[in-house]
Amino acid sequence: MKTYDAIVVGAGHNGLTNAAYLAKSGLDVLCVEKNDYIGGATVSRNLYKDWTYSNCSYVCSLLRPEIYRDLDLARHGLQITPYGGGSVFMENGDYLGSYSDHEVAYREYARFSKADADAYERYSADTMRQCKFIREFLMRTPPDPTSFKPRDLKELAYLGAKFFEMGEQRMYDTIRFWTMSVAEYLDEYFETDVIKAALSGSGIIGTALGIHSPGTAYVLLHHYMGDVDGNIGAWGYARGGTGAVAKAICSSFQSLGGELRTDAGVEQILVKNGKVSGVALSTGEEVKANIVVSALDVKNTFLKCMDKNDLDDDFYHRVKNFKIRGSSGKVNIALGGMPTFPALPKGSPLLDGDMHFIDSMERMERAYDDWKEGTWSKDPYIDMVIPTVSDPTMAPPGKHFMSCFVQYCPAQIEGREWTDEEREQFGQTVINQIADYSPDFKDLIEHMEVRTPSTIEDEIGITEGNIFHGELTMDQLMFNRPIPGYAQYRGPVGGLYMCGSSNHPGGGIMAAPGCNAAREILYDLKRQDITPANYGDD
Amino acid sequence: MTERYDAIVIGAGHNGLVCASLLGKAGRKVLVLEANEQVGGAAVTREFADGYSVSSCAHLLYQLQPQVQKDLGLKVDLAGDKLGTVALAADGKHVRLNGDDISGVGDEDTANYRRFRKRMTRFSDLLKTYLNKTAPRLSKDASKSDMLTLAQLGFDVRRLGKTEMQEFLRLIGMNIHDELTERFESELLRGAISLDAVLGTFLGPRSPNTILTYLYRLAGSHGTLSQPAGGMSSVTEALAHSARDNGVVIRTGMKVKRVVIENGRATGVETESGETFSSWLVVSNADPKSTIMNLVGVKNVETGFTRRVHHIRMRCNAAKLHLALDGLPTIAGVEKREFGGRFVIAPDEAYVERAFNHAKYGETSAKPVFEVTFPSFRDTTLAPTGKHVMSAVVQYVPYELREGWSEESHAAFEKLAIETLAQYMPDLPERITASELLTPLDIEEQFHITGGHWHHGELTLDQFLFTRPVGGAHQYKMPLDGLYLCGAGAHPGGGVSGAAGRNAARAILKSGGQV
Repeated sequence: MKTYDAIVVGAGHNGLTNAAYLAKSGLDVLCVEKNDYIGGATVSRNLYKDWTYSNCSYVCSLLRPEIYRDLDLARHGLQITPYGGGSVFMENGDYLGSYSDHEVAYREYARFSKADADAYERYSADTMRQCKFIREFLMRTPPDPTSFKPRDLKELAYLGAKFFEMGEQRMYDTIRFWTMSVAEYLDEYFETDVIKAALSGSGIIGTALGIHSPGTAYVLLHHYMGDVDGNIGAWGYARGGTGAVAKAICSSFQSLGGELRTDAGVEQILVKNGKVSGVALSTGEEVKANIVVSALDVKNTFLKCMDKNDLDDDFYHRVKNFKIRGSSGKVNIALGGMPTFPALPKGSPLLDGDMHFIDSMERMERAYDDWKEGTWSKDPYIDMVIPTVSDPTMAPPGKHFMSCFVQYCPAQIEGREWTDEEREQFGQTVINQIADYSPDFKDLIEHMEVRTPSTIEDEIGITEGNIFHGELTMDQLMFNRPIPGYAQYRGPVGGLYMCGSSNHPGGGIMAAPGCNAAREILYDLKRQDITPANYGDD
Repeated sequence: MTERYDAIVIGAGHNGLVCASLLGKAGRKVLVLEANEQVGGAAVTREFADGYSVSSCAHLLYQLQPQVQKDLGLKVDLAGDKLGTVALAADGKHVRLNGDDISGVGDEDTANYRRFRKRMTRFSDLLKTYLNKTAPRLSKDASKSDMLTLAQLGFDVRRLGKTEMQEFLRLIGMNIHDELTERFESELLRGAISLDAVLGTFLGPRSPNTILTYLYRLAGSHGTLSQPAGGMSSVTEALAHSARDNGVVIRTGMKVKRVVIENGRATGVETESGETFSSWLVVSNADPKSTIMNLVGVKNVETGFTRRVHHIRMRCNAAKLHLALDGLPTIAGVEKREFGGRFVIAPDEAYVERAFNHAKYGETSAKPVFEVTFPSFRDTTLAPTGKHVMSAVVQYVPYELREGWSEESHAAFEKLAIETLAQYMPDLPERITASELLTPLDIEEQFHITGGHWHHGELTLDQFLFTRPVGGAHQYKMPLDGLYLCGAGAHPGGGVSGAAGRNAARAILKSGGQV
């Protein structure tokens, strides 16, 4: 039977990216996927009539431009259109618009507070500085601070030098930024509640923390450090739905000679004499390979797909304690027409962007309190988009697709499984919040899909449906991600690698973990490094 | 023309006294001006009802740095040492903690607790080394000794060994909740440990950073609690005594109105009473906000610096409750001798977290958490014969109450606090003969600490080490020539430790003391 050079487990965007680079290096690569479609959470599917549902991930910004160009994703059909703004609907009938055009944004903030509009300049500059700093490290393997290997010492020195380059005061500011809460960070700039509420959302999306929890300022960065066509911090839609990203990477992978098998879930990663020997598939088949790369989250990889006896106890225990928390759900809706939002002028460009309905910091934080008590937020933070406003390919003419990302939503209700009735109520909570600002919205609903962390886990496989494959807290970032001592994409068994978002630099459709893992594999194989280097900004 | 001092210390808190005494010991002529009639700042014993006294703010000693005691030859009389902690359970099945000893939990928890303590005390020892040093500058222009401290820090972390170093780097930014849930079965034990991690903070057990606050608490004597004889004043009186022995002049009832600035340099102070004192240096034991905003004045420092100072978070959430009792209350399952120790009311972590929730919205906790002591049990000087006092830290009680602090809200919270205590001490209400509740606002007014914050600023990673009180001004010298900070708002932070005062004195002496 054939032995592959490498098998990549999971055809999400990271698995495919990793597979593409291994194939590009000339290796014989097989990528296996348990579902009959590819993409993992980077997916778009036809779930109702002629509607394309981006039913997990729904917007795009973090995808590394180095990879986009290097894998020639444009040629493989990927087109990302930036959207220009967003809005927060307020309880008093007003709204706050956010605009990518700085001048317009200034005027809008000034409508609420001149001081805040002025502070926005400072806020943008300070936050952008942090973005530029972190962007340096996305396409690099984190050094192991406990190691004395020249490669680690060199990388540590590089990081240190980059840090020192910022200058003294900026270094202190950076230390503060990385450790403070998003609420405190925003308090240092703004006085208007709705402005703070609008900006704070990025500090908690995908995170089981509240806006007052230290460390959430960094999460904000995680949503700002991407770009669309070089516009740092911009977000956009992949034309044809988020699945277009996975399709393009897959097409690139296949054009490089890679082999894809869907409907082929991995039952177990096989280990022989302390080294991986291949995988056992759900089909009963065993496929041999010298290298196995898992794009699954670490819990899935080690607790579900490996024999406990192949791992040492300490490692197993650490994986068990890795924090992947279900904190968000999705409600996806097929609409018979464009709902009206009376607060906004008809045809407002803001309808093209992300819309929100929480207008105060207190409501943001209270949403988190519900989650801590083991239930979904009764007044949730919803990140709502209608991508069909700018991408008509996703729905029949005149009709629309709406994606609602909902936070907070626990994996379990007070420690037990969700009931169907509760899932229904969760969906209604979301519908009602939107309907408060759009009188005709409820009547336009043709079909709706409600996804809790557990339904996402059941289908896609991600533990607790966590969009980042693991909390983005300091104890799980950089050289601590996923587990101290294993932050360089190598598993605890020879020939086993990890390339999913549980690894540095974390989740979002970034593809950096997949690419970084490929670099380490090629390094171990003593092959030429063909992964792209980090683009410098400016 | 009045005589010119080498240094004037504003405030006779414990850090101000440590700093003054050390400067005096080095031969400097020092004047300490204290606003209150009593020295000690927030480390004082006061009579709150006829014949009943308590330590008004800080009431237990666990962080006094051995270096401070050694440098000053300080001897503190203790009424009790190695006090035990009883974590109270409503059903009387309490958990008892004292150092590494634990009872009331299963075998597995006992073993895990020892392992947990071992690791935490080791990490706290590492931290302690750096609490007693000036935090280094991060700069290409940093001094040799800064570089040395940084290198030593790196070396010390590495010296923990691979596994422990990994754990240290993982835990230092983490929350206590996750660590406790990983380790312990007993909810009561988790509640008690998480209480220690959140006392005096605007954090709940789930907030990242609570491991740091816990380690900080251990960074002295590993959390060993003692009770000074005669209350906290005995510590500060001893310090004042040491200062006077070193030639320091201490004047109480002298509230400083402003720092006198001439030609861009602090040259003395003016008091509320209109007296002016001149000096080569002004050392402020006041918190950084009132030092810069009130005493120095924003027009005398650079805007960026003012903004950073303005942003220091220092709104306290801890209140003190003092009760005069005609006898000890009864607590089910607690022996009389145990009243000499500490009781905590934090039955589980979710309880502590919920108590915290209210603070985020400017509300007092519906079910507050407590650290309770009966100091008169060991120290009969604090109450009339046969009578007792209770001293408790109550949390969370926000400085900025949404409805505003009024006599009504004050009384309502006091009532709630006593009712909560009565769930564990049913006969407590009938034993109360007098009471005093000090909210953060009261503490601010009476002890002149902005926000009533016992750390002079939240103790979080973003306000720690290099960034305490603010980055760039973390080496005690403020960006106004001749002005230094020596209080808890400077590195390393609060608690009756004396570290900030000692570090500041050393920094001043190192710089020649006159520049």
